[in-house]
Amino acid sequence: MAEITLRQLAHSYLPSPSGPEDYAIREMDHVWHQGGAYALLGPSGCGKSTLLNIISGLLEPSSGEVLFDGERVNSLPPEQRNIAQVFQFPVVYDTMTVFDNLAFPLRNTGMSETQIREKVLEVADVLELTPQLKRKAKNLTADEKQKVSMGRGLVREDVSAILFDEPLTVIDPQLKWKLRRKLKEIHRRFNITMVYVTHDQLEASTFADKIAVMYEGQVVQFGTPRELYERPAHTFVGYFIGSPGMNLLDVSVKDDQVRCGEVVVPVFPRVRDIIARSSSDNIRLGIRPDFVEVFETAQEDSLAVEVVNAQDLGTYSILTLALGDVTLKARIDEDQATPKGKAYIRFPQARLGVYIDEYRVETDHE
Amino acid sequence: MNKVYDNKAWLLILPMLALVAFSAIIPLMTVVNYSVQDVFDANTRFFTGTEWFVQMLNDPALQSALLRQFAFSLTVLCIEVPLGIGIALLMPKKGWQASAVLILVTLPLLIPWNVVGSIWQIFTRGDIGLMGWGLRELGYEYNITRSAVDAWGTIIIMDVWHWTPLIALLCYSGLRSIPEAYYQAARIDRASRWAVFRFIQLPKLTNVLVIGVLLRFMHSFMIYAEPFVLTGGGPGSSTTFLSQSLTTMAIGQQDLGPSAAFSLIYFLIILLVSWVFYTAIMNMQKDKEGGA
Repeated sequence: MAEITLRQLAHSYLPSPSGPEDYAIREMDHVWHQGGAYALLGPSGCGKSTLLNIISGLLEPSSGEVLFDGERVNSLPPEQRNIAQVFQFPVVYDTMTVFDNLAFPLRNTGMSETQIREKVLEVADVLELTPQLKRKAKNLTADEKQKVSMGRGLVREDVSAILFDEPLTVIDPQLKWKLRRKLKEIHRRFNITMVYVTHDQLEASTFADKIAVMYEGQVVQFGTPRELYERPAHTFVGYFIGSPGMNLLDVSVKDDQVRCGEVVVPVFPRVRDIIARSSSDNIRLGIRPDFVEVFETAQEDSLAVEVVNAQDLGTYSILTLALGDVTLKARIDEDQATPKGKAYIRFPQARLGVYIDEYRVETDHE
Repeated sequence: MNKVYDNKAWLLILPMLALVAFSAIIPLMTVVNYSVQDVFDANTRFFTGTEWFVQMLNDPALQSALLRQFAFSLTVLCIEVPLGIGIALLMPKKGWQASAVLILVTLPLLIPWNVVGSIWQIFTRGDIGLMGWGLRELGYEYNITRSAVDAWGTIIIMDVWHWTPLIALLCYSGLRSIPEAYYQAARIDRASRWAVFRFIQLPKLTNVLVIGVLLRFMHSFMIYAEPFVLTGGGPGSSTTFLSQSLTTMAIGQQDLGPSAAFSLIYFLIILLVSWVFYTAIMNMQKDKEGGA
């Protein structure tokens, strides 16, 4: 059992990094609690795999500390860390049978064959690999192989965390869903900390209780899928989570009013004050396309827009709207008529987020 | 969809057939032709059937050459394969060292057979050869023209020196193609160095090793120029291998019929051994049927 703490952790692949852009992982503090199901979400090259390899011990961080239950493990090799890792491409020992594959980590610790047998049969049963136990691992399908590599982590009683590095990349879509459910089930049953790296938001939110979104070597937000969706802490989270991503409007305060270009955007007075007080010139309002209200006639506080395009996606449509020079996306349900030409939109003020220098500023109205 | 049956497509393989005919079938059939006839001159020939084959199979000189040949091929394979794998494991994987070592290891492969024989002929001379002179100075009466043991040993060392690099190169490329994740998984599974070799590296090398072993078997089974230049088949006939016996018979004595029969037997032996070896390896990778 372990709680994994990262303290002032940073890593660079260069021998003498100078600026922050030389770092694959920028200085961060983070805690993965015992027994949690976590996802590490981010685009390619944001440092997710680097972070994973640091936790498992395949990489030693340039600075900072990795603590397991408060104990510094920086220089411990992976074999001494009680951690299992499942890789993007299934790693199986080709010439061994499935049974021998699962037994391999146990045999390496010198466990007795009777105990090994018991353990392997139990894990094979959970993973539904029992019929394949006698087969050579080489001849399995990709998803079976991936289950075998997972199984090698599960058989070990000393394993306190399993790290997954995009484990479903090579799996067929319909099997992906099955394997993800299997993972959830295993998580409930074994009470193991699981960290799941992926660039797929759907995969992350179906697997994890809490998601850490990484961007340019930093965790920009750590929260439940719902928090990430409703209150993105960083413009990147707004853009990366949800499809289409969050609308972001460049705004400034002129004549005591918040304006996007020349258009006046109605906001709460305290939001206006926050924006007025800021000296930054990178201030944006963010709103999710499905929170944007669309009307065919003018309403109180509504803004006139041009409908540029409407994309019918079955149960809902995505509208592309022009507000002055700014392009917005809005999502409307199928039962609402799609406006043509002119339309009116309104931003529910409680749903508007304020982003100064890319980070969300709390406005206390939620 | 309607499938159109048109056998004219078969005509498309004609060019290939013509090529194969010139490269393989016609030369082979010429040999077959000689092997069943006794040819005196352009107009005089007799059909002999299997006579030459029977004669060849019962020839004691050829039988002992065949045994020597098997002994030689087995010995060099047993040395070169493990040694080649070992060298490949020790070769650096990146940086300038990798390139430098690669070139050094490859060098022997670039030397023509005859030259290899000549190099070793001089190398082993008692008066000016480094090895011959050195061994004598150390007190060992080394003489490849007198002692069969010395001649054998030298030919084997020469072949190992010349051809181990081939196995090493093949294995090196095989090792390079193993993804890093395998080694990482093995570390996480707490595998020993031996287990990494036995369960990751060796299985991934199977394919290149099959090619390597087949090539080396065929090569060594047909070895000619190197021992011919080095020992001339002696002392006595202790290092006379099959191809040298064949050349003596065909070129030296102009016994075309017997040599043709002998060539075919030679060819079939190589084919048979290669096939058995290949089938055995491929069977090892299949799942065992049934089982408890």
